[in-house]
Amino acid sequence: MSSCHGSIGTAGLAKPPQVAAPQKLVALIGPPNSGKTTLFNRLTGLRQKVANFPGVTVEHHIGRAHLPGRHNVDIIDLPGIYSLNPRSEDEQVTYDVLHGRMPGLRRPDGVILVLDSTSLQRHLPLAAAVLTLRLPTLVVLNMADELRERGGGVDTEALANQLGAPVVLISAATGEGVKSVAQFLTGGIAVPRLVELPVIQDVPACRQWAREVSRSARYTHPAPPVWTQRLDALFLHPLWGPLIFAVVVAAVFQSIFTWARPLMDAVQAAITASGEMLRAALPPGWLQSLAVDGVWSGVGAVVVFLPQILLLFLFISVLEDSGYLARAALIADRTMARVGLQGKSFIPLLSAYACAVPAIMATRTIENRRDRIATILIAPFMTCSARLPVYTLIIAAFIPERPFLGPFLGTRAAALLGLYLLGFLAAIATAKILKSSILKSERAPFVLELPPYRMPTLSSVGLRLLDRALAFLKRAGTVILGISILLWILASVPPADGQPPPIQHSLAGTLGRAIEPLIEPLGFNWKIGIGLITSLAAREVIVGTLGTIYGMDPDHNSAGLQQALQKELTFGGAVALLVFFAFAMQCMSTLAVVRRETGSWKWPAIQFLYMGALAYASAWAVHRLLG
Amino acid sequence: MQLSFKAASRKRQAATLADLPAGSEAVIDRLDLPEDLASRLMELGFIPGHPVAAARNAPGGDPRVFRVEGAEIALRRETARHILIRKN
Ligand SMILES: Nc1nc2c(ncn2[C@@H]2O[C@H](COP(=O)(O)OP(=O)(O)OP(=O)(O)O)[C@@H](O)[C@H]2O)c(=O)[nH]1
Repeated sequence: MSSCHGSIGTAGLAKPPQVAAPQKLVALIGPPNSGKTTLFNRLTGLRQKVANFPGVTVEHHIGRAHLPGRHNVDIIDLPGIYSLNPRSEDEQVTYDVLHGRMPGLRRPDGVILVLDSTSLQRHLPLAAAVLTLRLPTLVVLNMADELRERGGGVDTEALANQLGAPVVLISAATGEGVKSVAQFLTGGIAVPRLVELPVIQDVPACRQWAREVSRSARYTHPAPPVWTQRLDALFLHPLWGPLIFAVVVAAVFQSIFTWARPLMDAVQAAITASGEMLRAALPPGWLQSLAVDGVWSGVGAVVVFLPQILLLFLFISVLEDSGYLARAALIADRTMARVGLQGKSFIPLLSAYACAVPAIMATRTIENRRDRIATILIAPFMTCSARLPVYTLIIAAFIPERPFLGPFLGTRAAALLGLYLLGFLAAIATAKILKSSILKSERAPFVLELPPYRMPTLSSVGLRLLDRALAFLKRAGTVILGISILLWILASVPPADGQPPPIQHSLAGTLGRAIEPLIEPLGFNWKIGIGLITSLAAREVIVGTLGTIYGMDPDHNSAGLQQALQKELTFGGAVALLVFFAFAMQCMSTLAVVRRETGSWKWPAIQFLYMGALAYASAWAVHRLLG
Repeated sequence: MQLSFKAASRKRQAATLADLPAGSEAVIDRLDLPEDLASRLMELGFIPGHPVAAARNAPGGDPRVFRVEGAEIALRRETARHILIRKN
């Protein structure tokens, strides 16, 4: 066995570790699902920001841990990896960061290696790879609570001795032992002692080493997770499995509509009331008009949808954290294989229901490049949360609420479900076309680890929601604010007798009229046309735009947006608008991400034209059919 | 008698993970797969000489879920067919 040992052993008995200077930048690394993010949140709380590495779109969070004695340590949360052989993009990123090769980021001064103590032996080879780097390293064995519950155990001191680095057993979820991690960060982590480590490229040798090390550390394997097996017997049942899957999806959509309603009404009331207070506080004139009719109604019209979007993210977070999402990918694999994709495409596609941008980033787990590009190209067809404001508004205005499928599914929820289905079918059909033509390839293998089911923690879900809420509000505060102001200006010039012109004579009106001949066959008038133009930046902007237009249009000033729309659109035109939004590629951020991920403008251009043509043709057909 | 025994033993020799009945165990013999995929699978615990158990199948029978080193990993049958196993 000695031939497979890389570093020479000076594994002397425990000497007091040399005291090192406190680290300033520490990287959190570990296998997927070992609890890195949970620990990261524990250490940094809300003092974190999300960023992207330049060049590659792998999101990383950097946060600051305030430690006793006024030490501050910056912690960076990296993507989950199984090994340090740079094979996938995630592994390449971690490898580059640890070697100080990531542009814009200095080499970390230390590493916190987070391993799942319930599968210690399987994760130890990663420890070998990390210790070989000889960066100051603290080994954290997470999930102590689960290990204990399932009757496993480990002698951390013996393990520390074997690894030459300090080992702490913690539970990031319950907070147990997190203090000792902070203590290590305060005191400074030392460079690991030289111990015998296997050559990391030699997988069997690493396994052998892992087995020996865990034996010396008196590691007892925990009993298999009984609950996971019971739940899988149900969730992967040939009959109940797919049925439960369908019910979960339907329940999510129904509750988005019914539960979000009171919250949205409350937000709406607050926005209206505060808008009126603002109007009263400002002297009449252009400033009042800009603030109330431009900014407040434009931004407010979008902010109203915050509860609904958060509810959707809540469901996705809970499904993901509980471990159900991996089962969903498994159930979906056969169907995905039929259109030439694989189960792993399912997870990005499901996240695309929240937002296409993170979904497109999530495709990097797909090793096969053609599969990956196909997934990227179809992801924006999935009904993202930015479409939700548009759908909700139009459905509420044009479809009366009645029971549809008994008391469980109302007509409005059914219409929404139909739109989700429409986007899904377009995605499937497009995938089929792509995979049998320009992106034809051999079937790529499907390898997926199924994590045990876990109770999602309040703090993890809560932090994620906060993250999303801030991102959404930031967008409302920047892009949508900017567009609202621009639109107000377009609608206010050229002034007639020092007064804003009637909307049809304004610059915005002129623009809308200019494209009216183009969109008239779809059943849209020039006001909707202005909305279509502004929604090229982001879909939900159309709601704010219509808010601004009708907020300023004297005819509709007092009427709600829904009533205003009922006067503007026929039923056929409304359905055509829904279909248009289901298919069209109206999102700058998505196009930018596709450009970055695929490395050229070719794919985003194809995507934009294809989706636009499909949207136009389908909206035209729908309008013709329904009149 | 003799003949059928031989046939059975030959069949056993060529057994693959795809045919391992749910709930039973075997030892991995060889990964007959491209280098990249083989080492990825080895990192996940599919190592020659190590035990493997077939857990359950996805609804519809494919992919299948296998248990290695306490973890559950899903593979399609078309991949599992290239992982040769023997009885322990
Ligand atoms: N029982 C228990 N569950 C935990 C513990 N720490 C984390 N979890 C749960 O384990 C799951 C994965 O945790 P994450 O923090 O998302 O893991 P991660 O390593 O960041 O995962 P990736 O981002 O996929 O690499 C979540 O459902 C957590 O709630 C723990 O100490 N005990």
